[in-house]
Amino acid sequence: MHATLCDYVADIVQNAVEAAADKVVLEIRTGREWIGVTIRDNGKGMSPAMLAAARDPFWTEPGKHAARRVGLGLPFLQQVVDTTGGRLDVATAVGEGTTVDFTFLADHWDTPPLGDIPSTVVGLMVFKGEFDLVLRREHAGRHYELSRSELTEALGDLAQADSLALARRYVRSQEAGLLDGPEGEELWKS
Amino acid sequence: MEKLTLADLRKFRDQKRREIDRRDPANKDIQVIVAMGTCGIAAGAKATFGAILDEIEKRQLGSVLVRQVGCMGLCHSEPNVEVVVPGMPAVIYGKVDEALGRRIVQEHVIGKTLIDGAICDRPAVDIVQ
Repeated sequence: MHATLCDYVADIVQNAVEAAADKVVLEIRTGREWIGVTIRDNGKGMSPAMLAAARDPFWTEPGKHAARRVGLGLPFLQQVVDTTGGRLDVATAVGEGTTVDFTFLADHWDTPPLGDIPSTVVGLMVFKGEFDLVLRREHAGRHYELSRSELTEALGDLAQADSLALARRYVRSQEAGLLDGPEGEELWKS
Repeated sequence: MEKLTLADLRKFRDQKRREIDRRDPANKDIQVIVAMGTCGIAAGAKATFGAILDEIEKRQLGSVLVRQVGCMGLCHSEPNVEVVVPGMPAVIYGKVDEALGRRIVQEHVIGKTLIDGAICDRPAVDIVQ
């Protein structure tokens, strides 16, 4: 199990990048009652049989780790969704990419905390490879959108530490703009 | 608090680049790579990643490259961090919590010393390419 919802998001986005996607769209919607996440990629996709296998914790993609018999990404997510009254849908087809959509009840006892969205998102942007990652963020009627390509255009190679730190500041300021008053200020300071 | 724009970012970037070109030209071939597969994430690699980036920022090592990768094949010793410094062996550290992440920046990246007791063997044979 992961500690925060952002950890689950990072795990699934990492799968999307590994599935050779050149575009990944991450939507995170938060509100008083629901937390919703959609991760849509245009990678290689999965057959129905492979999707069924991916839901099995004792299966990983052949060739990835020859001697390994576990693959816990989707099973972790399924488990936390099942125990918190949430919902998980995976739509996928070979050659057409994969969409993972999940929802949590915001006030369930066992729903993990949201976690640090700015750190998570900039971390995902420094995976190797030529892909674009678009973040669409919505909170209580406010929203912002940003992408790896526009940040790279403004900052150069994001892996360079000073660019990465600036990108994190930028996402934090966007995130703070979603929140009212002291909550936003806190986030900005962190 | 004022919301930053992409134009602000370009401006800050240009300022930083001038500083870095003057102060820190030797570090651009140094790489710090954090493993961020399911195993790494579950073991707390995101906190490690944040601490390393904070320490690098604090020490003004702006040209060091910081990346994420998937599983390095050492799931038993996550979070794993690989450090590549020219002129030193590339090594993978295991069980890197936030404190060890900061030590890696101070002692390995800046001090050019390997940290005893924290280095793992090379990745499992099924991962090595």
